[in-house]
Amino acid sequence: MSTTGIHISLSAEPIAHLGDFAITNSMFTSLVVSLLLVAFALVVNRSLKKTEHPSGLQNFAEWLVESLFNLVYGVTGDLKKARLFFPIIATFFIFILLNNWLGLVPGVGTIMTPLSETVEKATQLESGAASPEKPASITQIEEAKLLETDIKAEETVLAKIKTGQPQELVPLFRAGTADLNTTLALGIISVISIQLYGYHFSKLGYFTKFFNFSSPMMFYVGLLELISEVSKVISFAFRLFGNIFAGEVLLVVISSLTGLIGPLPFYGLEIFVGFIQALVFAMLSLVLMNMASLGHEEH
Amino acid sequence: MSDAFAVAFVMGIGSIGPGLGIGLLVSKGLEAIGRNPEAASKIQTNMILGIAFAEAIAIYCLVVALILKFV
Repeated sequence: MSTTGIHISLSAEPIAHLGDFAITNSMFTSLVVSLLLVAFALVVNRSLKKTEHPSGLQNFAEWLVESLFNLVYGVTGDLKKARLFFPIIATFFIFILLNNWLGLVPGVGTIMTPLSETVEKATQLESGAASPEKPASITQIEEAKLLETDIKAEETVLAKIKTGQPQELVPLFRAGTADLNTTLALGIISVISIQLYGYHFSKLGYFTKFFNFSSPMMFYVGLLELISEVSKVISFAFRLFGNIFAGEVLLVVISSLTGLIGPLPFYGLEIFVGFIQALVFAMLSLVLMNMASLGHEEH
Repeated sequence: MSDAFAVAFVMGIGSIGPGLGIGLLVSKGLEAIGRNPEAASKIQTNMILGIAFAEAIAIYCLVVALILKFV
Protein backbone atom coordinates (compact mmCIF):
# COMPACT_ATOMS: atom_id res chain seq x y z
CA MET A 1 0.00 0.00 0.00
CA SER A 2 1.03 3.56 -0.48
CA THR A 3 2.60 5.34 2.42
CA THR A 4 2.25 8.87 1.11
CA GLY A 5 -1.23 9.44 2.47
CA ILE A 6 -2.90 9.05 -0.92
CA HIS A 7 -5.59 6.39 -0.84
CA ILE A 8 -5.02 4.18 -3.88
CA SER A 9 -6.20 0.61 -3.90
CA LEU A 10 -5.74 -1.68 -6.88
CA SER A 11 -8.75 -3.78 -5.93
CA ALA A 12 -12.22 -2.69 -4.93
CA GLU A 13 -12.83 -2.73 -1.19
CA PRO A 14 -15.81 -4.36 0.48
CA ILE A 15 -18.28 -1.94 2.05
CA ALA A 16 -20.86 -4.47 3.22
CA HIS A 17 -21.38 -8.19 3.58
CA LEU A 18 -24.32 -10.39 2.72
CA GLY A 19 -23.38 -13.47 4.70
CA ASP A 20 -19.94 -14.34 3.33
CA PHE A 21 -20.56 -12.48 0.10
CA ALA A 22 -18.65 -9.19 0.03
CA ILE A 23 -20.32 -6.23 -1.65
CA THR A 24 -17.57 -3.97 -2.94
CA ASN A 25 -17.83 -0.28 -3.66
CA SER A 26 -17.45 -0.98 -7.39
CA MET A 27 -20.40 -3.37 -7.33
CA PHE A 28 -22.42 -0.77 -5.48
CA THR A 29 -21.60 1.89 -8.07
CA SER A 30 -22.38 -0.45 -10.98
CA LEU A 31 -25.71 -1.12 -9.30
CA VAL A 32 -26.36 2.63 -9.10
CA VAL A 33 -25.50 2.92 -12.80
CA SER A 34 -27.84 0.06 -13.68
CA LEU A 35 -30.66 1.62 -11.65
CA LEU A 36 -30.07 4.97 -13.35
CA LEU A 37 -30.26 3.32 -16.78
CA VAL A 38 -33.42 1.40 -15.88
CA ALA A 39 -35.02 4.53 -14.46
CA PHE A 40 -34.08 6.50 -17.59
CA ALA A 41 -35.53 3.81 -19.84
CA LEU A 42 -38.76 3.68 -17.83
CA VAL A 43 -39.19 7.46 -17.80
CA VAL A 44 -38.56 7.71 -21.54
CA ASN A 45 -40.88 4.80 -22.25
CA ARG A 46 -43.69 6.47 -20.33
CA SER A 47 -43.33 9.80 -22.05
CA LEU A 48 -43.06 8.39 -25.57
CA LYS A 49 -45.30 10.19 -28.02
CA LYS A 50 -45.93 9.46 -31.65
CA THR A 51 -44.78 12.68 -33.24
CA GLU A 52 -42.75 13.91 -36.16
CA HIS A 53 -40.89 16.39 -33.98
CA PRO A 54 -39.79 14.74 -30.73
CA SER A 55 -38.49 17.09 -28.08
CA GLY A 56 -36.73 16.96 -24.76
CA LEU A 57 -36.02 13.55 -23.29
CA GLN A 58 -37.55 11.64 -26.17
CA ASN A 59 -35.41 13.55 -28.62
CA PHE A 60 -32.27 12.69 -26.67
CA ALA A 61 -33.18 9.01 -26.36
CA GLU A 62 -34.01 8.76 -30.06
CA TRP A 63 -30.78 10.50 -30.99
CA LEU A 64 -28.77 8.11 -28.76
CA VAL A 65 -30.42 4.97 -30.10
CA GLU A 66 -30.31 6.14 -33.70
CA SER A 67 -26.68 7.14 -33.71
CA LEU A 68 -25.69 3.86 -32.06
CA PHE A 69 -27.76 1.94 -34.58
CA ASN A 70 -26.14 3.81 -37.43
CA LEU A 71 -22.74 2.93 -35.99
CA VAL A 72 -23.66 -0.76 -35.89
CA TYR A 73 -25.23 -0.61 -39.35
CA GLY A 74 -22.15 1.13 -40.73
CA VAL A 75 -19.92 -1.75 -39.65
CA THR A 76 -22.16 -4.69 -40.52
CA GLY A 77 -23.73 -3.19 -43.66
CA ASP A 78 -26.67 -5.56 -43.24
CA LEU A 79 -29.94 -4.55 -41.59
CA LYS A 80 -30.69 -8.02 -40.21
CA LYS A 81 -27.27 -8.36 -38.61
CA ALA A 82 -27.40 -4.80 -37.33
CA ARG A 83 -30.72 -5.54 -35.59
CA LEU A 84 -29.20 -8.66 -34.06
CA PHE A 85 -26.00 -7.04 -32.81
CA PHE A 86 -27.43 -3.69 -31.84
CA PRO A 87 -28.86 -4.47 -28.37
CA ILE A 88 -25.72 -5.99 -26.87
CA ILE A 89 -23.37 -3.44 -28.48
CA ALA A 90 -25.50 -0.50 -27.35
CA THR A 91 -25.72 -1.98 -23.85
CA PHE A 92 -21.94 -2.36 -23.68
CA PHE A 93 -21.43 1.21 -24.85
CA ILE A 94 -23.98 2.91 -22.60
CA PHE A 95 -23.14 0.88 -19.50
CA ILE A 96 -19.38 1.35 -19.82
CA LEU A 97 -19.71 5.02 -20.72
CA LEU A 98 -21.89 5.80 -17.72
CA ASN A 99 -19.63 3.76 -15.44
CA ASN A 100 -16.55 5.61 -16.68
CA TRP A 101 -18.16 9.00 -16.30
CA LEU A 102 -19.67 8.27 -12.91
CA GLY A 103 -16.14 7.77 -11.60
CA LEU A 104 -15.47 11.45 -12.36
CA VAL A 105 -18.44 12.83 -10.43
CA PRO A 106 -17.26 14.72 -7.33
CA GLY A 107 -17.89 12.60 -4.26
CA VAL A 108 -16.97 9.34 -5.95
CA GLY A 109 -13.79 8.26 -4.20
CA THR A 110 -14.03 10.95 -1.55
CA ILE A 111 -17.10 9.95 0.45
CA MET A 112 -15.72 7.43 2.90
CA THR A 113 -17.29 4.54 4.74
CA PRO A 114 -15.86 2.00 7.18
CA LEU A 115 -14.24 -1.06 5.65
CA SER A 116 -16.46 -4.06 6.12
CA GLU A 117 -14.82 -7.20 7.51
CA THR A 118 -16.43 -10.59 7.37
CA VAL A 119 -18.21 -11.51 10.59
CA GLU A 120 -15.97 -14.54 11.04
CA LYS A 121 -12.80 -12.52 10.69
CA ALA A 122 -13.97 -9.92 13.19
CA THR A 123 -14.87 -12.49 15.83
CA GLN A 124 -11.62 -14.30 15.22
CA LEU A 125 -9.75 -11.06 15.81
CA GLU A 126 -11.61 -10.43 19.02
CA SER A 127 -10.91 -13.86 20.47
CA GLY A 128 -7.28 -13.51 19.39
CA ALA A 129 -7.27 -16.72 17.39
CA ALA A 130 -6.39 -15.16 14.08
CA SER A 131 -2.73 -16.13 13.94
CA PRO A 132 -2.12 -17.45 10.44
CA GLU A 133 -0.50 -20.80 9.89
CA LYS A 134 3.22 -20.59 9.55
CA PRO A 135 5.43 -22.67 7.29
CA ALA A 136 7.05 -25.59 9.08
CA SER A 137 10.60 -24.74 8.06
CA ILE A 138 10.73 -21.52 10.06
CA THR A 139 13.26 -21.22 12.89
CA GLN A 140 12.24 -20.70 16.48
CA ILE A 141 13.53 -17.15 16.77
CA GLU A 142 11.76 -16.03 13.67
CA GLU A 143 8.62 -17.68 14.92
CA ALA A 144 8.83 -15.82 18.19
CA LYS A 145 9.37 -12.55 16.33
CA LEU A 146 6.40 -13.20 14.08
CA LEU A 147 4.28 -14.05 17.08
CA GLU A 148 5.31 -10.81 18.74
CA THR A 149 4.37 -8.68 15.71
CA ASP A 150 1.16 -10.66 15.38
CA ILE A 151 0.24 -9.93 18.96
CA LYS A 152 1.09 -6.27 18.54
CA ALA A 153 -1.04 -5.99 15.41
CA GLU A 154 -3.91 -7.74 17.16
CA GLU A 155 -3.60 -5.44 20.14
CA THR A 156 -3.88 -2.34 17.98
CA VAL A 157 -6.87 -3.81 16.17
CA LEU A 158 -8.49 -4.71 19.50
CA ALA A 159 -7.81 -1.23 20.86
CA LYS A 160 -9.43 0.27 17.82
CA ILE A 161 -12.47 -1.96 18.22
CA LYS A 162 -12.74 -1.06 21.91
CA THR A 163 -12.54 2.67 21.33
CA GLY A 164 -15.17 2.37 18.64
CA GLN A 165 -12.84 3.80 16.05
CA PRO A 166 -13.35 2.29 12.61
CA GLN A 167 -10.38 0.26 11.45
CA GLU A 168 -10.04 1.69 8.00
CA LEU A 169 -12.02 4.01 5.80
CA VAL A 170 -12.70 3.13 2.17
CA PRO A 171 -14.52 5.09 -0.54
CA LEU A 172 -18.25 4.43 -0.73
CA PHE A 173 -18.23 4.80 -4.52
CA ARG A 174 -15.68 3.61 -7.03
CA ALA A 175 -16.21 3.54 -10.77
CA GLY A 176 -17.42 0.08 -11.74
CA THR A 177 -14.96 -0.17 -14.61
CA ALA A 178 -12.08 0.73 -12.28
CA ASP A 179 -12.41 -2.80 -10.88
CA LEU A 180 -10.86 -5.69 -12.78
CA ASN A 181 -13.79 -7.96 -11.88
CA THR A 182 -16.28 -5.80 -13.76
CA THR A 183 -14.15 -5.46 -16.87
CA LEU A 184 -13.30 -9.17 -16.84
CA ALA A 185 -17.00 -10.00 -16.65
CA LEU A 186 -17.70 -7.66 -19.57
CA GLY A 187 -14.85 -9.21 -21.57
CA ILE A 188 -16.11 -12.74 -20.93
CA ILE A 189 -19.66 -11.76 -21.92
CA SER A 190 -18.34 -10.16 -25.09
CA VAL A 191 -16.18 -13.12 -26.14
CA ILE A 192 -18.88 -15.69 -25.34
CA SER A 193 -21.44 -13.74 -27.36
CA ILE A 194 -18.93 -13.61 -30.24
CA GLN A 195 -18.78 -17.42 -30.17
CA LEU A 196 -22.57 -17.65 -29.96
CA TYR A 197 -23.06 -15.38 -32.94
CA GLY A 198 -20.44 -17.35 -34.85
CA TYR A 199 -22.40 -20.52 -34.10
CA HIS A 200 -25.68 -18.79 -34.99
CA PHE A 201 -24.45 -17.88 -38.46
CA SER A 202 -22.34 -20.85 -39.55
CA LYS A 203 -23.60 -23.52 -37.10
CA LEU A 204 -21.04 -26.21 -36.24
CA GLY A 205 -18.90 -25.04 -39.15
CA TYR A 206 -17.82 -22.18 -36.96
CA PHE A 207 -15.89 -24.49 -34.69
CA THR A 208 -13.76 -25.85 -37.53
CA LYS A 209 -11.92 -22.58 -37.01
CA PHE A 210 -10.62 -24.05 -33.75
CA PHE A 211 -10.62 -27.80 -34.36
CA ASN A 212 -9.41 -28.55 -37.83
CA PHE A 213 -7.86 -31.95 -38.48
CA SER A 214 -7.43 -31.58 -42.24
CA SER A 215 -3.69 -31.05 -41.89
CA PRO A 216 -1.18 -30.67 -39.08
CA MET A 217 -0.70 -27.06 -40.06
CA MET A 218 -4.41 -26.27 -39.78
CA PHE A 219 -4.56 -28.06 -36.45
CA TYR A 220 -1.81 -25.83 -35.16
CA VAL A 221 -3.55 -22.70 -36.54
CA GLY A 222 -6.74 -23.79 -34.78
CA LEU A 223 -4.82 -24.07 -31.55
CA LEU A 224 -3.55 -20.54 -32.02
CA GLU A 225 -7.09 -19.33 -32.71
CA LEU A 226 -8.23 -20.95 -29.47
CA ILE A 227 -5.51 -19.14 -27.54
CA SER A 228 -6.35 -15.87 -29.26
CA GLU A 229 -9.96 -16.14 -28.01
CA VAL A 230 -8.71 -16.42 -24.44
CA SER A 231 -6.30 -13.55 -24.93
CA LYS A 232 -9.20 -11.45 -26.24
CA VAL A 233 -10.85 -11.69 -22.84
CA ILE A 234 -7.66 -10.58 -21.14
CA SER A 235 -7.04 -7.71 -23.53
CA PHE A 236 -10.65 -6.51 -23.26
CA ALA A 237 -10.47 -6.61 -19.47
CA PHE A 238 -7.07 -5.00 -19.03
CA ARG A 239 -7.55 -2.30 -21.65
CA LEU A 240 -10.68 -0.96 -20.00
CA PHE A 241 -9.52 -1.48 -16.42
CA GLY A 242 -6.09 -0.01 -17.07
CA ASN A 243 -7.37 3.11 -18.77
CA ILE A 244 -10.00 3.94 -16.18
CA PHE A 245 -7.93 2.99 -13.15
CA ALA A 246 -4.91 4.86 -14.49
CA GLY A 247 -7.15 7.87 -14.98
CA GLU A 248 -8.27 7.72 -11.37
CA VAL A 249 -4.71 7.41 -10.12
CA LEU A 250 -3.69 10.32 -12.34
CA LEU A 251 -6.47 12.51 -10.95
CA VAL A 252 -5.62 11.59 -7.35
CA VAL A 253 -1.92 12.30 -7.85
CA ILE A 254 -2.49 15.59 -9.68
CA SER A 255 -5.02 16.68 -7.06
CA SER A 256 -2.55 15.98 -4.28
CA LEU A 257 0.19 17.87 -6.14
CA THR A 258 -1.66 21.00 -7.22
CA GLY A 259 -5.19 21.11 -5.84
CA LEU A 260 -7.89 23.56 -6.88
CA ILE A 261 -7.99 23.98 -10.67
CA GLY A 262 -4.86 21.92 -11.35
CA PRO A 263 -6.72 18.69 -12.18
CA LEU A 264 -9.24 20.47 -14.41
CA PRO A 265 -7.57 19.71 -17.77
CA PHE A 266 -7.11 16.13 -16.67
CA TYR A 267 -10.83 15.86 -15.95
CA GLY A 268 -11.39 16.90 -19.56
CA LEU A 269 -8.91 14.22 -20.67
CA GLU A 270 -10.64 11.60 -18.53
CA ILE A 271 -14.05 12.45 -19.99
CA PHE A 272 -12.53 11.93 -23.43
CA VAL A 273 -10.77 8.69 -22.41
CA GLY A 274 -13.96 7.37 -20.83
CA PHE A 275 -15.85 7.96 -24.05
CA ILE A 276 -13.11 6.52 -26.26
CA GLN A 277 -12.74 3.39 -24.15
CA ALA A 278 -16.49 2.75 -24.17
CA LEU A 279 -16.44 3.23 -27.95
CA VAL A 280 -13.41 0.98 -28.36
CA PHE A 281 -14.96 -1.81 -26.31
CA ALA A 282 -18.24 -1.63 -28.22
CA MET A 283 -16.60 -1.26 -31.64
CA LEU A 284 -14.14 -4.09 -31.07
CA SER A 285 -16.91 -6.43 -29.90
CA LEU A 286 -18.94 -5.41 -32.94
CA VAL A 287 -16.11 -5.96 -35.41
CA LEU A 288 -15.26 -9.35 -33.89
CA MET A 289 -18.91 -10.39 -33.91
CA ASN A 290 -19.18 -9.33 -37.52
CA MET A 291 -16.05 -11.30 -38.40
CA ALA A 292 -17.36 -14.37 -36.60
CA SER A 293 -20.67 -14.09 -38.45
CA LEU A 294 -18.94 -13.99 -41.85
CA GLY A 295 -17.49 -17.46 -41.47
CA HIS A 296 -13.85 -18.20 -42.12
CA GLU A 297 -14.04 -18.91 -45.88
CA GLU A 298 -15.49 -15.59 -46.88
CA HIS A 299 -12.93 -13.14 -45.59
CA MET B 1 14.18 0.66 -3.63
CA SER B 2 14.50 -2.01 -6.33
CA ASP B 3 10.71 -1.79 -6.67
CA ALA B 4 10.96 1.86 -7.63
CA PHE B 5 13.54 1.04 -10.31
CA ALA B 6 11.39 -1.78 -11.65
CA VAL B 7 8.40 0.55 -11.89
CA ALA B 8 10.46 3.22 -13.64
CA PHE B 9 11.92 0.74 -16.12
CA VAL B 10 8.56 -0.88 -16.86
CA MET B 11 7.04 2.47 -17.70
CA GLY B 12 10.09 3.82 -19.49
CA ILE B 13 10.76 0.84 -21.76
CA GLY B 14 7.09 -0.01 -22.10
CA SER B 15 6.16 3.39 -23.48
CA ILE B 16 8.68 3.32 -26.32
CA GLY B 17 6.72 0.94 -28.54
CA PRO B 18 3.28 2.49 -28.12
CA GLY B 19 4.79 5.97 -28.53
CA LEU B 20 6.31 5.00 -31.88
CA GLY B 21 3.11 3.23 -32.86
CA ILE B 22 0.87 6.18 -32.10
CA GLY B 23 3.25 8.51 -33.92
CA LEU B 24 3.17 6.30 -37.03
CA LEU B 25 -0.62 5.99 -36.87
CA VAL B 26 -1.21 9.70 -36.65
CA SER B 27 1.35 10.53 -39.34
CA LYS B 28 -0.24 8.07 -41.77
CA GLY B 29 -3.70 9.20 -40.79
CA LEU B 30 -2.92 12.84 -41.43
CA GLU B 31 -1.26 11.90 -44.72
CA ALA B 32 -4.41 10.08 -45.74
CA ILE B 33 -6.60 13.02 -44.73
CA GLY B 34 -4.34 15.31 -46.75
CA ARG B 35 -4.75 13.12 -49.82
CA ASN B 36 -8.48 12.64 -49.42
CA PRO B 37 -10.03 15.31 -47.20
CA GLU B 38 -13.61 14.07 -47.86
CA ALA B 39 -12.86 10.85 -45.97
CA ALA B 40 -11.51 12.77 -42.97
CA SER B 41 -14.21 11.71 -40.49
CA LYS B 42 -13.92 8.03 -41.40
CA ILE B 43 -10.13 8.10 -41.26
CA GLN B 44 -10.21 9.96 -37.97
CA THR B 45 -12.52 7.40 -36.32
CA ASN B 46 -10.36 4.50 -37.42
CA MET B 47 -7.22 6.37 -36.44
CA ILE B 48 -8.52 6.97 -32.95
CA LEU B 49 -9.49 3.30 -32.67
CA GLY B 50 -5.99 2.32 -33.73
CA ILE B 51 -4.48 4.76 -31.27
CA ALA B 52 -6.57 3.25 -28.51
CA PHE B 53 -5.18 -0.20 -29.36
CA ALA B 54 -1.61 1.04 -29.41
CA GLU B 55 -2.22 2.90 -26.18
CA ALA B 56 -3.59 -0.26 -24.59
CA ILE B 57 -0.10 -1.75 -24.69
CA ALA B 58 1.24 1.19 -22.71
CA ILE B 59 -1.68 0.69 -20.35
CA TYR B 60 -0.67 -2.95 -19.79
CA CYS B 61 2.73 -1.65 -18.69
CA LEU B 62 0.99 0.87 -16.46
CA VAL B 63 -1.06 -1.88 -14.83
CA VAL B 64 2.10 -3.91 -14.21
CA ALA B 65 3.79 -0.82 -12.80
CA LEU B 66 0.82 -0.06 -10.54
CA ILE B 67 0.73 -3.66 -9.31
CA LEU B 68 4.47 -3.47 -8.55
CA LYS B 69 4.01 -0.16 -6.75
CA PHE B 70 0.88 -0.75 -4.72
CA VAL B 71 0.63 -4.49 -4.04
